[in-house]
Amino acid sequence: MSTPRPLTVFNGQLVLPGKRPVPGTVRCENGLITAIGGGDPGPDDLVIDAKGALIAPGLVDLGVFAIDKPAFHFGGITRAALMPDQGVVLDKPSAVRFAAQSGKPDLWVHPLAAATRDLAGAELAELALMRDAGAKAVATGRRWIADSGTMHRLLSYCAMLGLVVVTHAEDGGLTGTAVATAGEMATRLGLPSAPAEAEALAAARDIALAELTGARLHFRQVTTRAALALVRAAKARGTAITAGVTPAHFMLSDVSIGDFRTFTRLSPPLRSADDRQAVLEALADGTIDVIASGHDPRGPEDKRLPFADAEPGMAGAETLLALTLGLVRDGVIDTARAFELLASNPAVLLGANAGRLELGTEADLALVDPDKPWIVNSDKMAATAGNTPFDRQGVQGRVLALFKGGLQVS
Amino acid sequence: MTSPIPTPTGRYPAGSAAFPHRGLTGLAGLAPWEILFLLDEAEQWVELNRSAHKRDEALAGLTIINAFFENSTRTLLSFEIAGKRLGADVVNMHAAQSSVKKGETLIDTAMTLNAMHADAIVIRHGSSGAVRLIADKVDCPVLNAGDGQHEHPTQGLLDALTIRKAKGENFAGLTVVICGDVLHSRVARSNIHCLTTLGADVRVCAPPSLMPAGIEAMKVTPYHDFDAALKGADVVMMLRLQQERMSGQFIPSPREYRHLYGLTLDRLALAAPDALVMHPGPMNRGVEIDSNVADLAGRSAITTQVEMGVAIRMACLDVLTRKARGVEGWA
Repeated sequence: MSTPRPLTVFNGQLVLPGKRPVPGTVRCENGLITAIGGGDPGPDDLVIDAKGALIAPGLVDLGVFAIDKPAFHFGGITRAALMPDQGVVLDKPSAVRFAAQSGKPDLWVHPLAAATRDLAGAELAELALMRDAGAKAVATGRRWIADSGTMHRLLSYCAMLGLVVVTHAEDGGLTGTAVATAGEMATRLGLPSAPAEAEALAAARDIALAELTGARLHFRQVTTRAALALVRAAKARGTAITAGVTPAHFMLSDVSIGDFRTFTRLSPPLRSADDRQAVLEALADGTIDVIASGHDPRGPEDKRLPFADAEPGMAGAETLLALTLGLVRDGVIDTARAFELLASNPAVLLGANAGRLELGTEADLALVDPDKPWIVNSDKMAATAGNTPFDRQGVQGRVLALFKGGLQVS
Repeated sequence: MTSPIPTPTGRYPAGSAAFPHRGLTGLAGLAPWEILFLLDEAEQWVELNRSAHKRDEALAGLTIINAFFENSTRTLLSFEIAGKRLGADVVNMHAAQSSVKKGETLIDTAMTLNAMHADAIVIRHGSSGAVRLIADKVDCPVLNAGDGQHEHPTQGLLDALTIRKAKGENFAGLTVVICGDVLHSRVARSNIHCLTTLGADVRVCAPPSLMPAGIEAMKVTPYHDFDAALKGADVVMMLRLQQERMSGQFIPSPREYRHLYGLTLDRLALAAPDALVMHPGPMNRGVEIDSNVADLAGRSAITTQVEMGVAIRMACLDVLTRKARGVEGWA
C-alpha cells in the first residue's frame, strides 16, 4: 500500500475520551493522527467536510468468527479480532500469520490464538510462537475450558507472556446440549435448556484462577446478573478482569426465541428480562468494558433448521454501532462511553495503538451520523449472511465514511 | 361408558370460524371452543369406528402423506387408519432421522412432499419446532404428530376426549395429575395446554431432574411427592420414562423410579375412588405403571385412549381439508 495523502477532516464533532463531542478538525499524516481540534489542512491534503457528523475512532470488534469486510465497513469497523474457531483452527503460528494478513489493505485483522490445540481444551497451543506471529491475545474459542488444571496453566503461562486470555463463560457440564436458558420460554417450547447460573459458575472459577495467576482475563460475553456481580466485585478488588457483551443481550431476552426463529439461537443463549436489565446496568456503571458484534454470518444450511439443530450465532457487524448508539439515545451511556466500549477499550486489550482520537494513534476514523434512521433487512445485508435477530427493526446511526490508516475504505 | 353426542349449536361459531387455522402444529393458544369443536367433531367418528362398516368417503381422492422422521408405531398406525377410513390415499414415509437431521435436507424433503401435491401432511420429527418449520414451507395443511419435546396435539385432544367420555363435560371440576418425565414429554405439554384451557386443575409430578424450569407459568401446580399429588385426583395420567431421550443420568435406576413414582394399586387408592388411569403408551410395565393398574377394568382408559386417537385424527384430517374440498361454510 502506498503512503496515503495527508488527510484533513473538518467541520465535524470530535468524539474524544471522556468528553461530550466538540466541533473540530482531525489531520492525519503517514497513517497517524497528527492534529486534533483546529489547524489548517496542508496543501496536498485530501480535505473532507464532515458536515457536522461525528468524527469517531473506527470500531475495534473484539471477537468475530468470520472476516466479512463489506459488513465491517458498513458497520464502521476498522479492526476485527478474529476468533480462533476457524475452518483451520488458529492454533499454529502459520495459521495466525496468514490470518493477520488476511484483511489487508483495508481492514486490520487481529488474530486471537487458540488457547489449546484444536481448541480441545486439553493441551496448550504454541502461544509464544503465535504471539510472535501476530496474535494479539489468546482465546478459548466458543467453549469454556472444563479442566481447571488446564485453565490454571493457561492463565499462568499467558500472564508471563503478557497476553490477555479471552474466555467463554459457560460451565459445559451444566449446559450440556442446551440451546436455551432454563425458564418458562424454554419449557413451553420444549427446548433443551440449562440454568443461567452456568455462567456465574464458570466466571467464579476463572476469576479465582486469574487472581491466583495474575493473568489478564477477558470474558467475551457476560450476560447474567449473577456473573456480572462477580465481575464487578473482582474489579473492585483491583484485578485485571474485563467483560464484554454483544447487543443481542442488552436488546433482547429469551422471549425472542418464542417462534423458534433460529436467528435468535445464540451462544450464550438469550437470557431472562431481568438479566437483560442487569446487562444495561453493567453497561452504565462500567462493569462491562467492551461491546462487540460477535459477528458470525450463517447461511440457510446452518440456520434453516429446527431450533436445536441450528448453529448458534448472529451476523452482528452491521448493527453493532447503531444498537450501541441506541443506548446513548436511551440515556444509558453517553457518546464518549459508547466509543470507549466499541473502540478504545478493545484496542487496549489487544495492545493496538488505535481506538481513540489522540495524537500519534493510527488514523482509523469513522464519520458517523448518529441519528440517521434505517431499517435492518436480513435480505439486504452487506454481510455474507443475513442472520440477524433484529430483522425489520428500525435503528438510528449510520457510518458515512470510514478511514483506515488515513486512507478512505468506504 | 356412555357416549352422548353433543349438539354443536351455540358452542362455537358457524363454518370455518369454528377452527380458523391452516394446520395443527400445537394446542398452545387455541381457544376453548376450538378444542371443543374438534372433540365434538370426533364423536361421529367414534360411532363410525364402532360400527360394522368403518368407512366414509369424505376424503376420497385426497392424498395424505405421513412423514415420520422419528420412529413410531402406534401414532403412525393411528393416522394411517384415520386417513383410510375417510377414504383418502395414505402414503407413509419413514425417514431415518440421522439422514435428514442435518443440512438442508429437512426443508428439501418438505419441498419434495409439497411438489407431490399432498392434500395434508402429517409430520413427526425429533426436534422441537421442526413441524412448524416445515408447515411454513408447504401449501397444504400440516398436522403435528409430535415434534421433539414441544407438542403432540392430537394426543392432547384424544386424552381430553377420553376424559370427557368418562367424566363428562365439566372439565372445570376435574383434578388431573400428570406424572413422570415431564421434562422430555411433548405429551405432557400438549395435555397441559389442552386441559388448562378447558378449565381443569392440572398437577404435574416429577423428580426435580425431570421437571422443567418455570412450569408453573403454564398454569399447573408442580409436585415432587407423588402421593401428595394423587390426593383426590380424578384422572391420573402416567408418562413413559423416555430413557432414549435422556442424555446423562436423570434417575438413579428404574426400580428407584418405581419406588417413588410408579403407579401401584396402593398409590391409586390415594386418588378419588373412581379416578381414571391413563397412559399414552407404550408402557414400561413395572416401572411407571404396574400391570395390575394398567389392566384394571373400569378404571384404566388406556385402550380407550387408542380408540379415541383414531377418531380425533379423523376429525382433524376432515376439518383441516374442508377448505380445499370446498365444504360449505369452509371454502
